[in-house]
Amino acid sequence: MRGLAGIAACGTSLASHPARSRPPAPYVPRFFTSAEWAFLIAACDRLIPADENGPGARALDVPRFIDMQMDTPYAFGAQWYMLAPFVQGPDNLGYQLPYAPRDLYRRGIAGMNAHAATRHGRPFADLAPALQDDLLRGAENNRLVFGDIPSSVFFDQLLANVMEGAFSDPVHGGNTGLGGWTMLGFPGARADFMDWVDRYGAHYPLGSVSISGETA
Amino acid sequence: MSDDARRLKPVDVVIVGGGWAGSIMAKEMTEAGRSVVMLERGPDRSTASEGAYPASIDELEANFRYKLFQDLSKNTVTIRNNSQQTALPYRRMAAFLPGEGVGGAGLHWSGVHFRIPPDDLRMRSRVIEKYGAGFIPEGMNLQDYGVTYEELEPFFDKAEKVFGTSGEPYMINGKVVGKGNVFSPSRSDHFPLPALKDVYTAHLFRKAAEEAGFHPYSLPAANASRQYVNPYGAQMGPCNFCGYCSGYACYMYSKASPNVNILPVLRQHPLFDLRAGCHVLKVELDADGRRATGVTYTDPDGKVVTQPAEMVILTAFQFHNVRLMLLSGIGRPYDPVRNEGVVGRNFVYQNVTTSTVWLDRGVETNQYIGAGGGGVAFDDFNSENFDHGPLGFVGGSPVWVNQAGVRAIAAAHSGGPPGTPRWGSAWKAGMIDTYRHSLRIDAHGSNMAYRDVYLDLDPTWKDAYGQPLLRMTFDWKDNDIRMNRYVVDRIGDVAKAMGARRVNLTKREFGRPFDTRQYQTTHLGGGAVMGSDPGTSALNRYLQSWDVHNVFVIGANAFPQGTGYNPTGMVAALAYWAAHHIRTTYLASPGPLAG
Ligand SMILES: Cc1cc2nc3c(=O)[nH]c(=O)nc-3n(C[C@H](O)[C@H](O)[C@H](O)COP(=O)(O)OP(=O)(O)OC[C@H]3O[C@@H](n4cnc5c(N)ncnc54)[C@H](O)[C@@H]3O)c2cc1C
Ligand code: SF4
Repeated sequence: MRGLAGIAACGTSLASHPARSRPPAPYVPRFFTSAEWAFLIAACDRLIPADENGPGARALDVPRFIDMQMDTPYAFGAQWYMLAPFVQGPDNLGYQLPYAPRDLYRRGIAGMNAHAATRHGRPFADLAPALQDDLLRGAENNRLVFGDIPSSVFFDQLLANVMEGAFSDPVHGGNTGLGGWTMLGFPGARADFMDWVDRYGAHYPLGSVSISGETA
Repeated sequence: MSDDARRLKPVDVVIVGGGWAGSIMAKEMTEAGRSVVMLERGPDRSTASEGAYPASIDELEANFRYKLFQDLSKNTVTIRNNSQQTALPYRRMAAFLPGEGVGGAGLHWSGVHFRIPPDDLRMRSRVIEKYGAGFIPEGMNLQDYGVTYEELEPFFDKAEKVFGTSGEPYMINGKVVGKGNVFSPSRSDHFPLPALKDVYTAHLFRKAAEEAGFHPYSLPAANASRQYVNPYGAQMGPCNFCGYCSGYACYMYSKASPNVNILPVLRQHPLFDLRAGCHVLKVELDADGRRATGVTYTDPDGKVVTQPAEMVILTAFQFHNVRLMLLSGIGRPYDPVRNEGVVGRNFVYQNVTTSTVWLDRGVETNQYIGAGGGGVAFDDFNSENFDHGPLGFVGGSPVWVNQAGVRAIAAAHSGGPPGTPRWGSAWKAGMIDTYRHSLRIDAHGSNMAYRDVYLDLDPTWKDAYGQPLLRMTFDWKDNDIRMNRYVVDRIGDVAKAMGARRVNLTKREFGRPFDTRQYQTTHLGGGAVMGSDPGTSALNRYLQSWDVHNVFVIGANAFPQGTGYNPTGMVAALAYWAAHHIRTTYLASPGPLAG
């Protein structure tokens, strides 16, 4: 159980967290092991593949985003109620596992690779895309078991972070070159439509801009 | 816990919680010459720091890491659908997002700013007059507020002037003056500012709703359509539809917040003492439990201290107010088996579902543009504006386009039309099409109060201070599901008039329980309701505890059942109403204001 002190500190701590300053390329993961990193890169690129609609998760540096997030309070479960007892119940009453995002990744990736090895004799990253998709769908539909973690819980965690990485401000390490925003037509931090609010149905002419002033 | 607690110098009034309700009460009490201590568990916040552009325009931090919201790691609730289940902790933010820190949820709310429909204030009486007592379903605790629209009107007016609300009136002093909501009651004055411009989707909705035979109007919005100075001298800038509204402090100083509209003045007042990082544990009562003597809280160093006061005002937000009453022994806890007791009774929510309409691919809906309170609504199926007789349900729902700004991560999550995969190339195509060419229409319905839907203290889980969590027992009931389904079908009529390429009408499904994992709204209500019968209300019509006369409890907890509107306009009016009676009557002779 957390102590009584430090009430005022939370909520403001994220703003000054080191994860916000972007490390130089080539990126070396700080949290993920090399086997986990290979899984992450492969899985992210299946969840958001490069195609005629825009870049894939790998080009958007989504794996880097997720690794950088693993160093924030969020990844340690600091924003979740994590006091015991942990009792499982119906899905609609929400998440009830004692695991923070870091634990979910550690156990979930091991589980995915174990399933890949049992079925196909190779780790996930070395499988053909169609087999990777099968395993991801299996996890999504909760057809795999990773110890006490339902595979859909891991999948949902991964998918949520992948979406965040592709579409959040590049200050967090993903959405490289504003490629996520450009494919969507989202202007980013422009945040001023005084002159555009009643230009009905028209295409907004300005490209995306990031918090740091990067434009696409 | 109070025995070894440090005792501080007594003050006149202690206020628990620094949101809209707390800031209004603090302003009024200092105006009345009383010394006020306002205790806020979260950090001190201001628009200058939290709203500084461009760092504040960060969707990940604001909407996915909940930078300005309640720290659930310290305190949350448990939830179950019925009293046979074990309630489980709400461990991650999802269905509702309570605020924290100075300004409360008022720093980052959206700004839709309503007056409650007059019929909603006397809903039980009205339903019986129109349809007979037999019309009220078994198990529904339908009640009146014990206060009328005419009594509250000056306080709605005052709140709108303080908030700098933009809107189009319909009737002033009985004369039709504008194109506002034809179902809205007469007002004593104009809105302080003209209505916001319609964004494109709202413009299309207005035309289509008219064609479908309904009566569209501009949503009243506490987002300033022009520069404005409120009666306290606080300044607001014009809203630029930045689209980063809900969940953000407004960098334009356009969205009304306690931090912009009240606190800059209040902070200067010599009688006002704001203490952030102070979590109130309970209200202290005298030996016979009839009078509050102050509150006990943990200070920022984790020390437990007692602040003695002549009067305690709870403004900690709807369910925190109820919990503090239960933890302090103020009022009789509700017993759902006997339908007796009052604290925890009539817990309600907002019965909202969002439908999606896709337009031709040549049309850009520009969903990233928007203001939190802006949009167009119709009230033809809200409140008692329509005949419920043949429909057989109680309650109603406004229907609206309220485009607060849809940002990129949210768009990625909402994906494509039903049937589209959640990832891969098909998701990408569906999501991009949906973001560029669709619009969202809400049925923002009321939720009635039921005997077996209530709040009490959880027997198992505790907060970081060792106190029991609040337990919510909540589910959707058939009456409310039927209401939602009827109104959502009317959205179908509007979509047809819009020339929709595709429509997804989202309705509540019978037998599908309340799902804590899906965001709905933070419009929670009831649990310590106002009324004229101490047998069915925890508070009298002045929001004063029936049992402990120097405790006032201000918030949406006072609503006897849900309404189709967003709550804050009503919460602010109730705060000014209670403050008026405290100032004119209670302070001179403290005691029960209603007998
Ligand atoms: C994203 C979002 C959008 C919204 N949009 C709208 C809208 O458009 N229109 C509308 O009408 N409403 C809207 N609401 C609801 C609106 O924000 C609330 O109705 C309103 O802010 C309630 O004000 P309050 O003062 O009662 O509570 P709050 O603003 O929640 O303030 C209560 C304060 O009390 C503090 N507190 C709680 N417990 C303790 C304790 N034990 N000790 C010390 N302090 C404590 C909290 O930290 C908090 O700061 C929205 C809410 C959210 C989250
Ligand atoms: S939309 Fe308007 S009111 Fe809302 S944050 Fe932006 S400028 Fe402020």
